[in-house]
Amino acid sequence: MRRAWRAIGVGGGVVTAVVLVAALAPLLAPHGLGGFDLAHRLAPPIWSERGEWNHPLGTDTLGRDILSRVLFGARTSLGVAGAAVVLAAVLGIVLGLLSGYAGSWADALIMRLADVQLSFPYLLLAIAVMALLRPSLLNLVIVLVLRSWVVYARLIRVVTLSAKEREFVMAARAVGSGAARILFRHIAPNVVGPAIVVSTFQLAELIIVESSLSFLGLGVQPPTPSWGGMISEGREYVGTAWWLSAIPGLAIVVTVLGANLFGDSLRRSLDPRLRGVS
Amino acid sequence: MVALLGVTCVAFLLVSLSGDPAFILLPPDAGAEQRAAFRHLYGLDRPLPVQYASYVSHVARGDFGRSFAFGRPAIEVVLERVPATLLLTATAVALGVAIGIPAGVVAAVRAGTLGDRAVMAMVLLGQSVPTFWLGLLMIRIFAVNLRWLPVSGYGGVLNLVMPALALGLYLAALLARLTRSEMLEALAQDYVRTARAKGLSERAVTVVHALKNALLPIVTLIGLQLGALLGGAVVTETVFAWPGVGTLILDAILRKDYPVLLAAVELVAAGFIVINMSLDLLYGYLDPRLRLART
Repeated sequence: MRRAWRAIGVGGGVVTAVVLVAALAPLLAPHGLGGFDLAHRLAPPIWSERGEWNHPLGTDTLGRDILSRVLFGARTSLGVAGAAVVLAAVLGIVLGLLSGYAGSWADALIMRLADVQLSFPYLLLAIAVMALLRPSLLNLVIVLVLRSWVVYARLIRVVTLSAKEREFVMAARAVGSGAARILFRHIAPNVVGPAIVVSTFQLAELIIVESSLSFLGLGVQPPTPSWGGMISEGREYVGTAWWLSAIPGLAIVVTVLGANLFGDSLRRSLDPRLRGVS
Repeated sequence: MVALLGVTCVAFLLVSLSGDPAFILLPPDAGAEQRAAFRHLYGLDRPLPVQYASYVSHVARGDFGRSFAFGRPAIEVVLERVPATLLLTATAVALGVAIGIPAGVVAAVRAGTLGDRAVMAMVLLGQSVPTFWLGLLMIRIFAVNLRWLPVSGYGGVLNLVMPALALGLYLAALLARLTRSEMLEALAQDYVRTARAKGLSERAVTVVHALKNALLPIVTLIGLQLGALLGGAVVTETVFAWPGVGTLILDAILRKDYPVLLAAVELVAAGFIVINMSLDLLYGYLDPRLRLART
């Protein structure tokens, strides 16, 4: 039990909290998404002198409540990045298993594709694709998956290659199990651990990529609230109303930091060699 | 080479999918004849495979077409912006190396101490902060509040400080993390014990014996991260209005100036590939064992 808690760690707590916030955003947010309050434009957060409890984190240029938009933004950011991580994991694991187990031309083809993908500055590719394909949530997820599947495929391939040579696989083959049975019953369980660890780090990375694209105006489109988009909207006011971009940025940092910490503690508990090493 | 061809192909297809420039670029009241003339002028009335083949054969000869927006050769428009981006990226790499490697070495030598923990905490933070947000934060603090540095633009050394830091700190975090783990491994090797046994100073042991052997993966990481840096440079350049290839790419997207967009993307990709190939050559210098393996 204590081991389980240690595996989750502070990072797991943070990630769970952000997921809960995202799920419960409509209940937690003090204002709805449609709420314009032009009389209270650019209101500062409560800790400054002119702050009001009505808008605890202040308002933006249209008088929209920043706290509410950050809470709803968690849905967008986590939703997009989360969907991309899941899709990339499925795609990458299947291709990785295939590549590692089948070998020959399938392996060559998949790894060549991965090399092409890696030999190109990804963010640049994402920018070009999003610019040319018109930004939409679906396209955004596709672009993120494009980045992420390679990470899974390469890792899973290596895990599969080493599992393939182990005695239990040889034994399974000796008793006459088919390729599908060996792959799913005997090899697949070995890739679950590494895949989960990679997923947490990928979540962190994809949240940053998504927010970068949204910041450039190529990701989530306004008026849908997204952390990157909010930072971009607050950019011109960095001299006067700094909280417009500072607060959503802080939300990104907390979430990404949580996911990175979660990945670290998961990896440590899954890999006994790392246990005890800080 | 195959990678580059693949990239042009994908980019070209995307551009063709994204709409007819004759409708995007000409004013809405242009007649059908004018649109047809425009398409003919830029060769857009030919079948797609023909357009692609002619594009690649022109590119191979260094001709990337004319910019829709400026009417000048696209490659010229892009090349003008290259020095600014190179300056920014090179400074960021230099900063990342200058901060990251010493921090990693110190953390490894003092593993488990408060200093080590502090370095690792900074590493985690550095990996979790989006570049563009860090940039805005720095603008607020150093340009608006303290007035030490100019907000944005291009020119003096002072203009370079914030963009290079914003871009370089992420690399510094990655390098510190990797240097620390590689150094921990190297310091546990027999040759380090031998070096200590023959009475070398601790400094000579860590720098000459351990760090030298930890260098190879570090160089590999820098090479792999260059792609991320070039991408990050696009974002950083927009935050600081830095007149490099990144701002050009975004402007080209807004103006639907596809020849410039394609030329810029391909030039950056080619640069990235060339840099990685030269790093491959550097490996042989860093690790003589690889020289034998290749011949």
